[in-house]
Amino acid sequence: MSEGSSGRYDVRILFGLWLVFLLFPWVAPNGYIVGLGVMFCINLILVASLNLIMGYCGQISLCHGGFFGLGAYVSGVLSSKYGIPGLIDIFCAMALTAFSALLVALPTLRLRGHYLAMATLGFNAILSVLFVELVGLTGGPNGLSGVNPIHIFGLPFGTDRWFFYLAWMVSLLVMWGILNLVRSRVGRAITSLADSEIGAASLGINTYGLKVMVFVLSASLAALAGSLYVHYTQFASPETFNFFASVLLVMMVAVGGWGKYWGPLFGALVFTVIPELLQSFHDLQLLIFGVGMIAVLMFVPGGIAGMLERLWRRRIRMKAGGGIAAPEVGND
Amino acid sequence: MDVYVQAIQLLIAGLTTGSIYAIVAVGFNVIFKSTDSINFAQGEWVMTGGMIAATAYATAIIPVWLSCSIAVVAVSLIGGVSERLVIHPLKKPSPMLITLLSIGIAICTKSLVMLILGKTPMGYPAFSGDQPVMLGGASITPQSFWVLGLAFAFMLMTQFFFERTLLGKTMRAAAADRDAAALVGINVKRSVMWAFMLAALAGGVAGVIITPITLTSYDNGTILGFKGFSAAVLGGLGSLHGAFLAGLFLGIAESLTGGLLSSHFKDAVSFVLLLLVLFLRPQGIFGKAEISKV
Repeated sequence: MSEGSSGRYDVRILFGLWLVFLLFPWVAPNGYIVGLGVMFCINLILVASLNLIMGYCGQISLCHGGFFGLGAYVSGVLSSKYGIPGLIDIFCAMALTAFSALLVALPTLRLRGHYLAMATLGFNAILSVLFVELVGLTGGPNGLSGVNPIHIFGLPFGTDRWFFYLAWMVSLLVMWGILNLVRSRVGRAITSLADSEIGAASLGINTYGLKVMVFVLSASLAALAGSLYVHYTQFASPETFNFFASVLLVMMVAVGGWGKYWGPLFGALVFTVIPELLQSFHDLQLLIFGVGMIAVLMFVPGGIAGMLERLWRRRIRMKAGGGIAAPEVGND
Repeated sequence: MDVYVQAIQLLIAGLTTGSIYAIVAVGFNVIFKSTDSINFAQGEWVMTGGMIAATAYATAIIPVWLSCSIAVVAVSLIGGVSERLVIHPLKKPSPMLITLLSIGIAICTKSLVMLILGKTPMGYPAFSGDQPVMLGGASITPQSFWVLGLAFAFMLMTQFFFERTLLGKTMRAAAADRDAAALVGINVKRSVMWAFMLAALAGGVAGVIITPITLTSYDNGTILGFKGFSAAVLGGLGSLHGAFLAGLFLGIAESLTGGLLSSHFKDAVSFVLLLLVLFLRPQGIFGKAEISKV
């Protein structure tokens, strides 16, 4: 479903886009805007990871904010309380999150329907309570502070600009990895789940194992985003990872275009930029956001990526068909 | 304090919050049955009910029962209007899409309440005063009895509605099999709207009867929604009796944990139970096994 005729250009588009994006810190007028670029990369990893399980496997996770938080807190606690170096704490955060995702997924993904959504909903609520109540470890409602910046090969990724390159590289690797996964043999099996799980099973695909695998992968990617986030802001607060954050992420996948490879790009863009733009509206912010979400879901069913894809196809058709195609386009 | 007195106190407190969860769970069930989707606006409707009643009481000096009735009617209209505006126009209303849209409805409801009715927590006097009633040595607020009684009455009426009235029966038929219901002349789309109104009504009822005890503000709908949702799953999605019993059970479990173990982890109890039930008995404690395992 996600692979149109333009599928083989995706790698080139990806690397081209990221090359241009590399210039961002030079174009950005100040450190704050560079910081937005960093947050975009982190959000992209997050939304893309959710799109994996939601878009390709057709299963909603309502705990992605929680996995993001688990990554951030494990990484942050290991770094600030035990002085464990950056790369190792990130690895621990991903491993622990993957393990907890496995525990949630193993029983619930056996069932068909909303059960993963329900279980992840409960799991996120439990994580939120733990983040607030384990005051000794997490700092409780005041948040976790004193997280160390990452040092890799002696390079300090403390400044906005340096951290941007790190986030830039990780997000590129993640997007590239997802592209390769989706295009592989396993990936075709995964995408078939979203269309028809029964159909996929009848072709001999182990749907259960595949769903568990993708869910665990997607949770650990969310944890990766969380680790980056906590090292960048050097702070974590429980509200960042509550259930509402998870719900917003689900919305971002839908708004970007679920099951579309480029969907998360638009989702992350909306997620990063719109709140900044709406800040001047104060109390109206939430309402505008809600109405906007509803409008996109109601009138743009394929999300932003789906809409652009349609426009692109129409353009190609017009070019190819010339005068013959024109009236047909006029009709729809 | 005497252990028995404390036990009674906790039990009544648990039953009181539990009956709120039970009513909210019924709201979830009604929409789940008719659309197969999870309605995230349910908790916001509870909050809206309390807020409207409190505002009506504060601005116009009308009796509490009148402001509560106004609030319940208003909330069910809000539910109906939300459905008309957002769910009704959909060409392909998949469960996933409705679930997502209900999140949008929740966000909009919450922010509208905040913008129109303000951010300060609100409340109003209990239905029959605050003079505590002594029961076996424990002092109970009279509002607890109102909550228990009205919740029970609400359950009976819902039961009557679905079993005896024509509208209730057509809604059940539409929920059981959309195509077959449409074939015998039932307007399935309209029954979805009724489901939204009924669910919102349930939310409104829960909101107006609990507010004198707990107060309410624009941002406490989500957590109430969660608890109600846990109750709905615990009782088995789609089962009205299950929802009622599970709601009460959840309230008691929470109140006992809060009173005897630690109030910090009180909120986690319902979610731990939710996960346990999903893992061990996904059809719910009281539901029938009709889930297809893969």
